[in-house]
Amino acid sequence: MSAQFLQFLFSGITVGAIYALVGVGFSVIYNSSNVINFAQGEFVMIGGMATVFLSAAGVPLPLAIILAVLAAVIIGYLVEKLAIEPAKGSSVVNLIIITIGVSIFLRGLAQVVFDRNFHSLKAFSGTEPIQIAGASITTQSLWVIGGLVIATLVLGWFFNRTLTGKAMLATSYNKDAAKLVGINTGRILQLSFMIAAFLGAVSGILIAPIALTYANVGVMLGLKGFCAAMVGGLGNPMAAIAGGLLVGVAEALTAGYLSSAYKDAVAFIIILLVLFFMPSGLFGRKEVDKV
Amino acid sequence: MNNFLQARRAGLLMLALSMAVLPLLMVNSFHYDIAIMIGINAIVCVGLNLLIGYAGQVSLGHAGFFALGAYASTILTDSYGWPSIVAMLAGALLVGVLSFIVARPILRLKGHYLAMGTLGMGIIISIILNQEVDLTGGPDGMPVPSFVIFGWEPYGNQVWYWIVAIALFISVVVALNIVESPIGRALRSLHGSELAAGTMGVDTLRFKVLIFVVSAVMASLAGSLFAHYSGFLTPTEGDFFRSIEFVTMVVLGGMASTFGAVIGAAILTILPQILAAFHDYEMMMHGLVLMGIMIFMRKGLVPTISGWLRRKPS
Repeated sequence: MSAQFLQFLFSGITVGAIYALVGVGFSVIYNSSNVINFAQGEFVMIGGMATVFLSAAGVPLPLAIILAVLAAVIIGYLVEKLAIEPAKGSSVVNLIIITIGVSIFLRGLAQVVFDRNFHSLKAFSGTEPIQIAGASITTQSLWVIGGLVIATLVLGWFFNRTLTGKAMLATSYNKDAAKLVGINTGRILQLSFMIAAFLGAVSGILIAPIALTYANVGVMLGLKGFCAAMVGGLGNPMAAIAGGLLVGVAEALTAGYLSSAYKDAVAFIIILLVLFFMPSGLFGRKEVDKV
Repeated sequence: MNNFLQARRAGLLMLALSMAVLPLLMVNSFHYDIAIMIGINAIVCVGLNLLIGYAGQVSLGHAGFFALGAYASTILTDSYGWPSIVAMLAGALLVGVLSFIVARPILRLKGHYLAMGTLGMGIIISIILNQEVDLTGGPDGMPVPSFVIFGWEPYGNQVWYWIVAIALFISVVVALNIVESPIGRALRSLHGSELAAGTMGVDTLRFKVLIFVVSAVMASLAGSLFAHYSGFLTPTEGDFFRSIEFVTMVVLGGMASTFGAVIGAAILTILPQILAAFHDYEMMMHGLVLMGIMIFMRKGLVPTISGWLRRKPS
């Protein structure tokens, strides 16, 4: 394996990990509500921006991170409570427009509360890269990848071992049946927005030292996270992780070997190819219309 | 049926009347500018409403077709010296062929997958327009030569108002005719239940493809008009948010209501002018208005209001 290829692979996995975390957020919300949350990228932005501004105000970084994540989770709860819950039973198009309304609102809010400039966060543990087989990887990339691994393990434990996690899975399989056995599906929906906000904010904080963060940073990240969730098959969080890594690596390889101008198009070309040839995603179940 | 024809004639009369009366109320060219933009957006929405409102198929990528029409007109007249009308028709043909090719695989998808497919298509078009700097001028945009119809060069907003008004009127008539034709009935049947429509012998995919192409071509023609009217074109006309704007206009006006699409376009074109008064808070207000409308008027304005009128006959 050439050093150059390895280099591209490292950067692809790093950015892919971010897409994966955002994609998992999409999947978790979709599972409990069939809503595609187009404001998912804004949680990423809130995490990054809040951390940047808090640490600039003199708050120590670990505390700034905790506060930023907390803020995102509270906003996630409010979004569900104030925008999604009142729209219960709306059509797919209406819900799409509502979440896009949320996205526009949050970006407008960020421009007022923070500002319209680009910001960068200091790397968590120095800027000295580590050399592996001729390629170098920054310590921040390791933070990002480590974040994804921990999130995967925690989610796996949560969905398989805890009562709440199992209730979420049950809700995603069959909402009515879940209600019948006493699961409060409304609470599950709120929880799913908070989990998605948590994952988004964490990924926004982890990526902030690598990429710049700004009020509109979430737009493209959110759409690519959506691609990640869909490449794997909507509603399967683990498949979203695979989808995110796939999109990230393909993007990095395209930028490296083909054309950096069309890097942003890669995710969408992949998703179109997958949809055309495997309409339920790579690992998705086939949906059948019931009459 | 008779009732229906009457309602339709009344609607067309109302539209023609309001378009004729509007110039009496407009005092400066800024007013005309907004009216023209309403007309251009409305043409796209009338077409998009056939797809979303009647056939029940979402598209989050129609701004891509709008921008392709606009750029085709611009590039063919500017770099190749084609006559404006020929360039406009060539753009429409190009968009027609392109939308026909992508329609089959895309329209097999349903719900969120369809949304993702059309969104992806629109974003790819937008990225190409941004990156092919030699052809499109990239993000900085490019100037558009003026419109020439058989040697006549329309000048000024008042003339453009009438061009756009006539184009909109024709679009509405065409859309109403499609809705009333067997095609329209087939579309409504597949909106109700695609499976049932298929079982009854409706070739659902064929009709969906047909209406997708029609709506794309209407967006392309509107895009060409826009390019020549504005005189300068940037890729933001084809981005994701423009696509969302068109869809929101259709949903706001009311699904499956051709006149609703026009009203939705009018409201959302005027809205940013009103919200501009909020300066820094403009974006927040915009987001709130979108949420509010979708939560409190789920069916859109025209169906909601006509529902009220029916309940309380005065």
